[in-house]
Amino acid sequence: MKMEQFNDRNVADNGYFLVDIEDYPTDSWGKFKRVVKRSFKGELFVGLWVVMREMLRFDIHTVKYPQEKMPIGPRYRAVHEMKRLWESDTERCIGCGLCEKICISDCIRMDTKIDENSRKEVSEYTINLGRCIFCGYCAEVCPELAITHGGEYENASEQREHFVDYDYMLTPIDTMKAKAQKEFEGFGAITPHEDERVKKTPLSY
Amino acid sequence: MSKITINIDGTEVQTQEGEYLLNAARANDIFIPAICYLTRCSPTLACRICLVEADGKQVYACNAKAKDGMNITTSTETIEKERRAIMEVYDVNHPLQCGVCDQSGECELQNYTLEIGVDTQSYTVKDVDRSSHDWGHLHYDPGLCIVCERCVTTCKDMIGDTSLKTIPRGGDALNADYKAEMPKDAYAMWNKLNKSVIGLTNGTDVLDCTSCGECAAVCPVGALVDTQFMYKSNAWELKQVPATCGHCSAGCQISYDVKHASIENPEDKIYRVMNEWNYVSLCGAGRYGFDYQNANATKDEAAFNAAVEAFKKADTICFTSTITNEEAYLLQAMKEKFGYKLVNNEAKALQTFLKDYSEISGTKLYGSDLERVHTTNFIVSVGSALKTDNPNARYALNNSITVSKGAGLYFHPVKDPIIEGLGKSIMTVEHAPLQEETALYLVLDLFGDKEKLPKDIVEYLASFHSEKTITVEETIKEKVVEIVKEMKVNEETGEEEEIEVEKSKMVPKKVSKEVVVDDNKLLEILGTDAKFMETLEKNLKKKETFALMVGPDLYTHPSSKNLARLVALVEKYSKFELVMIPTLTNSLGVSLICELDDAKGNYSIGYNTDGDFVLSGLGDGDLDMPAINQQEGTLTSVNKRVNPTNAAISYNGYELNDIANALGFDATNVIDYTVKLPTSVGFIEEEFDNLPNHYENDGTEVRGYVLKNVAVDASDDESVEKFSEDKLEGCIIYSANPVRQFTDFTYKTTNLDEVSGIYMSEEYLSKTEYNEGDTVTITTANGELTANVVSDNKIAGDIVILPTFDKKLNSEVLFNDYRFSTASIKKV
Repeated sequence: MKMEQFNDRNVADNGYFLVDIEDYPTDSWGKFKRVVKRSFKGELFVGLWVVMREMLRFDIHTVKYPQEKMPIGPRYRAVHEMKRLWESDTERCIGCGLCEKICISDCIRMDTKIDENSRKEVSEYTINLGRCIFCGYCAEVCPELAITHGGEYENASEQREHFVDYDYMLTPIDTMKAKAQKEFEGFGAITPHEDERVKKTPLSY
Repeated sequence: MSKITINIDGTEVQTQEGEYLLNAARANDIFIPAICYLTRCSPTLACRICLVEADGKQVYACNAKAKDGMNITTSTETIEKERRAIMEVYDVNHPLQCGVCDQSGECELQNYTLEIGVDTQSYTVKDVDRSSHDWGHLHYDPGLCIVCERCVTTCKDMIGDTSLKTIPRGGDALNADYKAEMPKDAYAMWNKLNKSVIGLTNGTDVLDCTSCGECAAVCPVGALVDTQFMYKSNAWELKQVPATCGHCSAGCQISYDVKHASIENPEDKIYRVMNEWNYVSLCGAGRYGFDYQNANATKDEAAFNAAVEAFKKADTICFTSTITNEEAYLLQAMKEKFGYKLVNNEAKALQTFLKDYSEISGTKLYGSDLERVHTTNFIVSVGSALKTDNPNARYALNNSITVSKGAGLYFHPVKDPIIEGLGKSIMTVEHAPLQEETALYLVLDLFGDKEKLPKDIVEYLASFHSEKTITVEETIKEKVVEIVKEMKVNEETGEEEEIEVEKSKMVPKKVSKEVVVDDNKLLEILGTDAKFMETLEKNLKKKETFALMVGPDLYTHPSSKNLARLVALVEKYSKFELVMIPTLTNSLGVSLICELDDAKGNYSIGYNTDGDFVLSGLGDGDLDMPAINQQEGTLTSVNKRVNPTNAAISYNGYELNDIANALGFDATNVIDYTVKLPTSVGFIEEEFDNLPNHYENDGTEVRGYVLKNVAVDASDDESVEKFSEDKLEGCIIYSANPVRQFTDFTYKTTNLDEVSGIYMSEEYLSKTEYNEGDTVTITTANGELTANVVSDNKIAGDIVILPTFDKKLNSEVLFNDYRFSTASIKKV
């Protein structure tokens, strides 16, 4: 791997330039001058003028949220969803724990146990949305396409800690029955022509 | 063995003559892939992946021995082809379920598949039904098994249960074409692999062994898993806390694997115990008995103030040896400051025994350790129920027998099928209780250097010898000459004619003859079988190193002083190296640090034992104390090693150090005392934080430090008393625990489910009127107790065993100091 692109720290040559920002005053006289300058320059009215100008033009593109909502792209990464298998409607999650491991903000936790059929079962699963940065790593690492991102971005809550659990994220069985589960097309989804690239393991059957 | 130099891939490497190439390479950080080999066990040759070229010839590094000047290439084109083919074979039909496999990436199959770069598969065979088995505390999934036989090897060569073996797999044979087209070793390995899976030796589907779980620990894949750990946690989520096992005196290296208990409970919980299985083997208690922490302890100020008051009032502190060296030091310091009496009978017995031993040996401590016993050829054990007093001593004995071509001689009144099952070269002598002296005299008689031994002992020993004439039948070969008629063709005439030929041949013939043999009365007294001497002579062939292990039966023996002196004489005047097995976890440390008293005073504090005010790590006392897995500190092991242990689980209550501080001591943490441990008895002035706890690649144990064996003044008096002819007869009880139990702490754990009660062997139960589950009363001269009968198939013979791990049973009332007693048993 060539390291030149990482070693070139002269960002100016690549179209970047330093913004001309006045240095912050350090002494109290300088600070006093700054206060006086800002108070009488009328910078506030610059912003107000822009608002009034756009209003007078009657050319507003603002969506009237929450009455109106923009459509969300299929690759958008909002609150997680847990998918079910098309064939049997059972949950796709096998409890491998990779999402818990890869999560860089450490917001996923799961408890697993052995179920009555001697299979691994996820007994509890939570995501702390207050910590989640919606990076999409969990969906990308998931070997079963079980955890994905959905389009639900309205997750404001009253406190910083905001947990969603497995049942909340799981596709409702009615949606499944109606064949209305949507596959996620973003990080972790199967890329086109995947079958052609896989080499089959020979079998004696 | 001498130091030699070999050359591996161009690097000059120093090693021992006869060392396996693989070990030599590993000791010098040179990587040779290997799956089936376990250090300290015999090479299995199942995986064949450790192929190397030695002086131009392909050999297996795990069983080829180093010779001076050897040239080794670890990788050639043919070897790489073999390795690639072997790894492809291992991947044939291996389920792609890594996501739910309990090995969770700590998988040697995964590692080597990636290391060797297997990206396509060239071989196939039709799979057979390989559904999983529930073997009790273990779960076996043959689908994941790569039949490296490491479990079988460790069970046979290290543990000695031999509970596992390979059984036929069934199914199709390999495609015949492969023989020609595949690399030779890969085909041979596959051919064997395709015919076997792992099964139980007893033919059933339920494990009946000493349940150590070592087989699951060594499993390179997720085929053998502890049932209690199944699907509980991924390995990578667990934080490993290096520690020392706190259950017995072996002081095994372990790591507690901890993680938050659940989503709701962020407190750490121990999920499993791991060990460096190449260099240390755990027992069932060490592996599964980890959750004995004193949970729910809080800073109860009222109780703490009461404790401080109690300490001001008390004149005695009674305690057990399940404490750290630092706490023992603190107790001793309190004794010096406030004049407490320190009472700990079991450590006191060891202390007295060691003192009596020193008078002859001139050293504070015994000379050898269990690590050396592993490589010793001939081992004698006296006065210890090895498998339960110190499982590691049993592993050492078994390892010596199976790997070091050793033999053993086990003196103990309790017939033990586990010890007898270790191999043909173990001889057991079930002498009567109290005859331990006679046993040691026999050892002196058989192995002592008669020229150097004190005269009176030699004379005393000679007095048991007499000559007797016996008639033996011998088979000798006699030369018989006979004349046989043969038909032969006459070369001149070409006709056949009869000629007489003289032929001699050797004919076996039985003759009776009278021979004068030595008659050793000691053998008769001990009740050995008739062929004892004959077998012993056979077992002693080619034996160079000798070890004597003595155990707790001797420390509490009525004539323990004499036994200690005899033991010292054996060490001094024979080739035997000596190991003493301390009674409990830190009995050795306590006996070195504390000055112990015999009798209690008026008001006593009990630490993990009875007293007027009880401090308890079990959570049932007047003030809570941390258990060993909740504290930092050092523990002194049978190997004379001061091992550090760390707190795996948080503890929220008060500890002994807090009480000491309230009484005028000043230490932030109890480990501040590590550096102050008495150097006069062999401790080293070292801070706790500087104590390491790991093994090197060559197996060197880098854990804590080894006690210095301080020289003490020895008296010239080497006289020993004659052995007393007392012996216990009739109905006998013995104070010992079942396998996997040691103290109340092991009893408290959830995974060790042994039932408390009166243990009787199946043999004894079938002979007597008692049945499992009956309630019986045992009465001795000291007291009586009533409990249920439990059948134990790990013992045999007529001696009834009473465990000490259950405080409620209170079996101590039955015994004087000695672990055996006569008793009468009555059905209720």
